[in-house]
Amino acid sequence: METTTMIGQLPEVTYAGVIIKAIIILAVISAVAGFGTYVERKVLAFMQRRLGPMHVGPFGLLQIAADGIKLFTKEDIVPQHANRFIFMVAPVITAATAFIALAGVPVFPDFVIPQEVPLLGGIFVPSIASDVNVGILIVIGMMAAGLYGPLLAGMAQANKWGIIGAARTAIQFLSYEVVTGLSILAPIMIVGSLSFVEFNNYQGEHEVWLVFYQPVAFVLFLIAGFAETNRTPFDLLEHEAEIISGYATEYSGMRWGMFFIGEYANMITISVIASMVFLGGYNDLWIFPAALMIVLKIAFFFFLMLWVRASWPHIRPDQLMWLCWKVLMPIGVINMLITGIAVMLVLE
Amino acid sequence: MSLEQFKNRQTGTQNYILLDLEHAPKTSMEQFKRVIKRGVSLELFVGLGVTFKAMVKALFAKEMHTTKYPFEKLPISPRYRAIHDMLRLLESGNYRCIGCGLCEKICISNCISMDTRYDENQRKEVSEYTINFGRCIFCGYCAEVCPELAIVHGGRYETASEQRASYSLFEDMLTPIDKLSLQQEYDGFGAISPNADENIKKTPLAY
Repeated sequence: METTTMIGQLPEVTYAGVIIKAIIILAVISAVAGFGTYVERKVLAFMQRRLGPMHVGPFGLLQIAADGIKLFTKEDIVPQHANRFIFMVAPVITAATAFIALAGVPVFPDFVIPQEVPLLGGIFVPSIASDVNVGILIVIGMMAAGLYGPLLAGMAQANKWGIIGAARTAIQFLSYEVVTGLSILAPIMIVGSLSFVEFNNYQGEHEVWLVFYQPVAFVLFLIAGFAETNRTPFDLLEHEAEIISGYATEYSGMRWGMFFIGEYANMITISVIASMVFLGGYNDLWIFPAALMIVLKIAFFFFLMLWVRASWPHIRPDQLMWLCWKVLMPIGVINMLITGIAVMLVLE
Repeated sequence: MSLEQFKNRQTGTQNYILLDLEHAPKTSMEQFKRVIKRGVSLELFVGLGVTFKAMVKALFAKEMHTTKYPFEKLPISPRYRAIHDMLRLLESGNYRCIGCGLCEKICISNCISMDTRYDENQRKEVSEYTINFGRCIFCGYCAEVCPELAIVHGGRYETASEQRASYSLFEDMLTPIDKLSLQQEYDGFGAISPNADENIKKTPLAY
């Protein structure tokens, strides 16, 4: 595994670099997803003029540890008439697909481990675990495959609320896949690539954020992203007031926790995609370095999700379908058509 | 506050906001127009603004509403009827109870039991005094009937305890002798709150 760094040329991506990157993604995103629950509780509390978690550690920071201990040590219950195997596998699907999706997403800029570090010195760690040239398709496809987690969980648990939750999962995720695809198609046409790195480079070279070219697509993508991550105006899958907890009704302990790690990882993925595709990715801005910019952008989208949850009521399932098929999809198609014509005219 | 203010029945601000309830759209064109109007008028962002302002105020303008309950307590009204207090005379520090037995007599749930005797100066003193808080209904008759304002209702409302006897002995209810200067005088049963004037509101009804 030889790593040679040549000046002016990107070093070779080695297996070691990819493995290190995968471990970094897994560790960092798991930690951030756990931390996200704390941030969510704090932000929601402040917006309702409460204090939020306060007593475990300074400012309640160790609340995550307390929650983790609780989740790990809780009894793992499989209900009586449930399909045992599918019931136990379903949360793993959610968590796994959420993390597989992150393999195609650039999370931090490239860097080379300094020579002083023993064993790992000099290894080039790429910004993206697998820079396949269809990155966006992989990420969106993997997030769509995440549909099977809630769907199978709801159908396997022999619970009416679970069934309703699973049905809502199916209609919601499948419908909003259409909007996600259509909205992101327009920037893809402009950039002419499906690779996130190309998106980043395009916005770096042209010194413009794609959101200024594609504001409609940005709004559509954001709405669809909220629906796909199951966040509040569209949290119909597990809306407590109606269907207890939807697909997660019968789950307890770490299996329930895996659903939530998956959900928070998906929130981060959507935040990353929105920042990469529409808000300029990890390019320097003025005096702010690239690493800070991407973290700030991701944090903004994450905060936006919590902010919206504190502010807006959720909508009815029929309104959800109406919004998707009668409003967002036509707008998406029109936006795509106009973008296509504009790209054609500019290129010729 | 003069009586004239209360004679004015046209009270309240009278600035009622009439809800502008629009008709439900009948034709699909009306429905379309309403969707456009609601979608473009950006009303959703007003909601975002409200919560953001609430957060900023809570964090920086000290408008946090949380009371850290076991560590902080909200003040309660002096008329609140919680665990009884036995008061002392301010000058001598002796307890006020003269052992007349009226409270025992009037108690409708029979939870006060007391025993008295003559001390060496042939003065009546209370030898036993207990209240069974498993039976007490906190009606306040004992405090009302007491001629010496010796037994009053205090503000101790946290009555969880390992045993029933924990609050009910005379010494537990008696003002500690070192806290005599902090003893709050009780205006009698039915006393009004110190801030009663601030709490008075005119009935917002126009007859």
